[in-house]
Amino acid sequence: MLAQLPLDEQAILTLAALVMFTSFALLAQSRVVPMIHVFAWQGLLVAITTGLVAFASGKHDLYISALLTLLLKALFIPWLLHRLVTRLGIDRDEHGAEHPATVLLIGALLVIFCYYVAEPIRELSASITRNTIAISMAVVLLGLLMLVSRGKAVAQVVGFMSLENGLFFAAVAATHGMPMVVELGIAFDVLVAAVIFGVFFFHIRDSIDSLDVDQLNRLTEKDQ
Amino acid sequence: MSDWLLALLATLLFVALAPLFAAWVKRVKCWLQNRRAPSLLQPYRDLRRLFAKQVVMAQSASPLFVITPYVIAGATLLAAMVVPFIAVNLPTAAIADVIVLAGFFALARFFLALAGMDVGTAFGGMGSSREMTIAALAEPAMLTAVFTLAMVASSTNLSTVIEHILGQGLVLRPSLLFVLLALVLVGIAETGRIPVDNPATHLELTMIHEAMILEYSGRHLALIEWAAQLKLLIYAVLIVNIFFPWGIATHISATALGVSIAAVCFKLMVLGMLLAVGETVLAKMRLFRVPTFLVLALTLALIGLLSHIILEVG
Repeated sequence: MLAQLPLDEQAILTLAALVMFTSFALLAQSRVVPMIHVFAWQGLLVAITTGLVAFASGKHDLYISALLTLLLKALFIPWLLHRLVTRLGIDRDEHGAEHPATVLLIGALLVIFCYYVAEPIRELSASITRNTIAISMAVVLLGLLMLVSRGKAVAQVVGFMSLENGLFFAAVAATHGMPMVVELGIAFDVLVAAVIFGVFFFHIRDSIDSLDVDQLNRLTEKDQ
Repeated sequence: MSDWLLALLATLLFVALAPLFAAWVKRVKCWLQNRRAPSLLQPYRDLRRLFAKQVVMAQSASPLFVITPYVIAGATLLAAMVVPFIAVNLPTAAIADVIVLAGFFALARFFLALAGMDVGTAFGGMGSSREMTIAALAEPAMLTAVFTLAMVASSTNLSTVIEHILGQGLVLRPSLLFVLLALVLVGIAETGRIPVDNPATHLELTMIHEAMILEYSGRHLALIEWAAQLKLLIYAVLIVNIFFPWGIATHISATALGVSIAAVCFKLMVLGMLLAVGETVLAKMRLFRVPTFLVLALTLALIGLLSHIILEVG
C-alpha cells in the first residue's frame, strides 16, 4: 500500500503520474509553442524522477542519466525546436488533432490496456518502481498515438521525442537504467535525430511548400 | 442532542458566510485590477434590498416559476448541511453521501433550467440550453472524481473520506492530485466563474446563469443569488476540506472548534485569492470551447482513477 512507502518512493510514483499527465497534455495541446513547453516539462519531470530513483536505489550512474536527460530533453531539444519553429514562421499555427476529445479518450483506453499488459511483469519484479512500468508503457503508446493523430511534421517530432522519453522512463523504472554505454549511445542518437529533423523540416517545406505531411501521400502535385 | 445543535449552528454559519466569500473574491479581484473594492458587506446589503422589494412576475409565469427559487434554495441548503464545514462526524453528515450531494445540485439545476424556459423569453431558453450542455459534461467528470475519492477512502461519505485523509498523515497521492485539479475545473464550470461564465456581467452573447434568472425579481431573485453564492462556497469548502483537511475538528470541544473555524477561514481566504488571480489572468473562453475544457476535467479525473489503480493499489 502507498501509505506505508517512504516519502521518496511516494514522490517517484507521483512524478510518474505527472509524466503521464504531460503526455495527455501533449495530446490535447494544439498550439506549437506551448506543445514544445509541455515537452520540456516532461523532460524535466523524467529527469527529476531518474534522479529520485538514483537516490532511492543508491545507483550513482543514474545521476549521470538524469543529468543527460535534463540537458538534452528539458533544455537543448526544446530550445532547438523552438528556434526552428520561429525560423520557419509557424509558431502561431494550429497543429491540433482533428478530434481532440476522441483522441484523449483513446489515450485513456491505452492506459487501461497498458495496465493489463504490464500486470504479469509487475508480479515478477521486486523493485520499488515496478508499478511505474505500466505508466512508462502508456507514455510510449501515447507518444505513438500523437504520431498517428497529428498531420503536421513538428507535432510528429514532438510525439516521437515523447515516445523516446517513455522508453527511457521504462528502462529506469524496470531495470534501474540500461548500461551507461547504451544510454550514452541513445542520447547521442536522439541528439542527432533532432538535428536531422530540423534539416528535414526545411526540405519538406521546400519540396511541398507546407509542413503538413499528409500531402506526402499524393505522388503528383495535381489534385485528382 | 448537542451534536445536532452544533450541526445546525455549523450549517447556519455556512449559509451566513456564503455572501462574505463571494465579496472576498470580488475584493481581491478589485485589488488586482486597480479598482476600488466594494465593502465586504455589500452582498448582504444587496440581499436585504432584494428581500424588501416587491416581486414582479410575467403574466405567462406558471406555479413552477414561483416554487423554483424555494426548491433551489432548499436543495442547496441541504447540500450545505451534508458538507463537513468545521467538524467531522456530525450527525448531518451521515444523512447523505457525496453522490446525493451531486444529486442535490442536479435537482436545483433541473428546476432552474425549467424556470428559465417557463416564461418563454428567448434569453431564458438559451440560458437553459447552455446550462444543460455544460451540466451534462460536468457531471461525469464530477462523478469520476468522486468515485476516485471513494476508492481511496473506501467510502462515499464525505466525513469518512476526510477522516481517512486526515488519519494517514502526509501521503503523496497522485490520484488525489488529479482529482483536485478535476474538481477545481468542475467547480469553475458549475459555479459559473471565468473562464466558463462571467458572474459580473449580463452580456447577452455569453451569459449562462444570468440568462436563466433574468425574469426573477424581489425575494425570488435574492434566494437564487444566495443559493449561487452558497454553491460557490460549497465547492470551495469541498476542495479545502477534502484535500487540505488539517485543522478540522475531529471531536467536539471549544478549542478544537475555534481552531477549526480559524483554519477553515484561512484556507478559504487563500483559495478565494487563488480564484481571483485565476479570474484575472484568464479570459472568458468561447462557449464552444467549454466542452473541451470539461473533457479535460473528465480526462484528469480518469487519470486520477487510473493512477490510483495502477500506482497505489498493487
